[in-house]
Amino acid sequence: MSLSPDEVRRIAHLARLSVADDEVAANANDLSNILDLVDRMNAVDTSGVTPMAHPQNATQRLRPDVVTEPDQRERYQRLAPAVERGLYLVPRVVE
Amino acid sequence: MISGRTGPTNDGSNPVMHDRTIAELARALADGEVSSVELTRGFLDRIEARNPDSNSFITITREQALAEAEVADAGRAAGRAGALTGVPIAHKDIFCTDGVRTSCGSRMLDNFEAPYDATVVRNMREAGLVMLGKTNMDEFAMGSSNETSYYGPVNNPWDPRRVPGGSSGGSAAAVAARLAPGATGTDTGGSIRQPAAMCGLTGLKPTYGRVSRFGMVAFASSLDQGGPLARTAEDCALMLGAMAGFDPNDSTSIDRPVDDYAGALDGVSLQGLKVGLPKEYFGEGMSEGVRGVVDGVAERLRELGAEPVEISLAHTDLSVPAYYVVAPAEASSNLSRFDGVRYGYRCEEAKNILDLYERSRGEGFGAEVKRRIMVGTYALSAGYFDAYYLKAQKIRQLISEDFRKAFEQVDVILGPTSPTTAFPIGERSDDPVAMYMSDVYTIAVNLAGLPALSMPAGFADGLPVGVQLIGNHFDEGRLLGVAHQYQQATDHHRQVPAGVND
Repeated sequence: MSLSPDEVRRIAHLARLSVADDEVAANANDLSNILDLVDRMNAVDTSGVTPMAHPQNATQRLRPDVVTEPDQRERYQRLAPAVERGLYLVPRVVE
Repeated sequence: MISGRTGPTNDGSNPVMHDRTIAELARALADGEVSSVELTRGFLDRIEARNPDSNSFITITREQALAEAEVADAGRAAGRAGALTGVPIAHKDIFCTDGVRTSCGSRMLDNFEAPYDATVVRNMREAGLVMLGKTNMDEFAMGSSNETSYYGPVNNPWDPRRVPGGSSGGSAAAVAARLAPGATGTDTGGSIRQPAAMCGLTGLKPTYGRVSRFGMVAFASSLDQGGPLARTAEDCALMLGAMAGFDPNDSTSIDRPVDDYAGALDGVSLQGLKVGLPKEYFGEGMSEGVRGVVDGVAERLRELGAEPVEISLAHTDLSVPAYYVVAPAEASSNLSRFDGVRYGYRCEEAKNILDLYERSRGEGFGAEVKRRIMVGTYALSAGYFDAYYLKAQKIRQLISEDFRKAFEQVDVILGPTSPTTAFPIGERSDDPVAMYMSDVYTIAVNLAGLPALSMPAGFADGLPVGVQLIGNHFDEGRLLGVAHQYQQATDHHRQVPAGVND
């Protein structure tokens, strides 16, 4: 498995990661090596094997549909890089 | 370098406080030999003096620690003290701590003061444990050497030019350097056991679902599990008792009573204990020094009454490949929350929303984290799901079945924790795949959700070697008991790195 520089740029875009031009080649090399490692999975035939969903086959617990969280908007928004009147600020999205 | 043997004494002399185990400190507090404030101040002074060299702490919480210690002392004076009240410990900086920076070793969260406590942090505070500070770690727990931390590498107390292991490297180095008697860690692919082995400690990764993940910054949610790092199995038992338990806030927490791990230690017998030796763990890849030590443990256990049994875990060599699909896939999803909008790092002067996302993440994450996000993104992208993620989950099933069959034959499984002792800082940092192979013996346990511990087993070229004991689901008590019995008959866990007691 060998990833091209364009594939690295496409994956980085899907992951919303900026990758500098001079980092693309090194990333292509590292990611290709990791995918080579991963491809060793193909040594075993897994047809008919049920994929594991949970180590103890536990199922997701349900809880009553009631309000459990108190309002902590102000506390949480103090952590934000930019807020105004209770809203998170981002660059203009709609022209 | 080993400077000698100290720790628990049988001759009536008392070691200095910082060299005592959690169990010994708990007794000293109960006997009134020392107060929690005195003890806490002593550890804080050591940390502040030695952390510039060690770098095992990211944040030292002096004022809060002393305030907690005062509460512990007041509680004890009023007759309200549990087994661990007033004992100071450290938390890996992956556990959210209300009002205290929780960086996860990343620039992304360098400015993040968590708005709530992780359940583990809350449980341990309610048990009366005092938090000294937050320990260094690989960024978002992605690493096996602590070298991916935004805050720099950590020195291994046994040889400061070497790594302490990772990702819980700061926790392991802090305990080995006697800057804390115990510390929390998390283990997604070996991140408690491997640093425990490389720093000469005992460390336990519990059964998936035993310890709450609420407030533990998520890396790979189907694999992550918190656990203790300390010097002895007894201390790990005491810590696990305080950490574990059902938590409605973690949807994968298992609703099952917590065993009395510490109380059960003496009841575990090595007589007739069937110890599985997986032939796949004793093949190539293990260094000769490690092999000699692991063989020695098997022989010692036999002398103590156990019955070694050769077993096979046939799909062992597929565990690292499957892990590097599952873990990055889950990481790419979990880490999508870091967007530069609600908390964490935000880039300067974003041109538009896409630029804001891409540069906040590109600048806020380090190289290894970005690599894993990209691997996971690729594995989950359209057209590749069956070939990667589904295939990996099927291999997980095969690995799990190997263990299921093994535990029909044996009580515990013994093998190396890490193929080598601690390696020099920088040796593997440019070769991700070589670094990943550091976890070749630990990863299968996470894929199968099993408990496992690493305990000190001897030395190779002056560096500690750990062995791993793997148990069946919820068999933490037996693992701790076996390790405790071994530690009653040996003194590998009592060795002290040179310089630590200067």
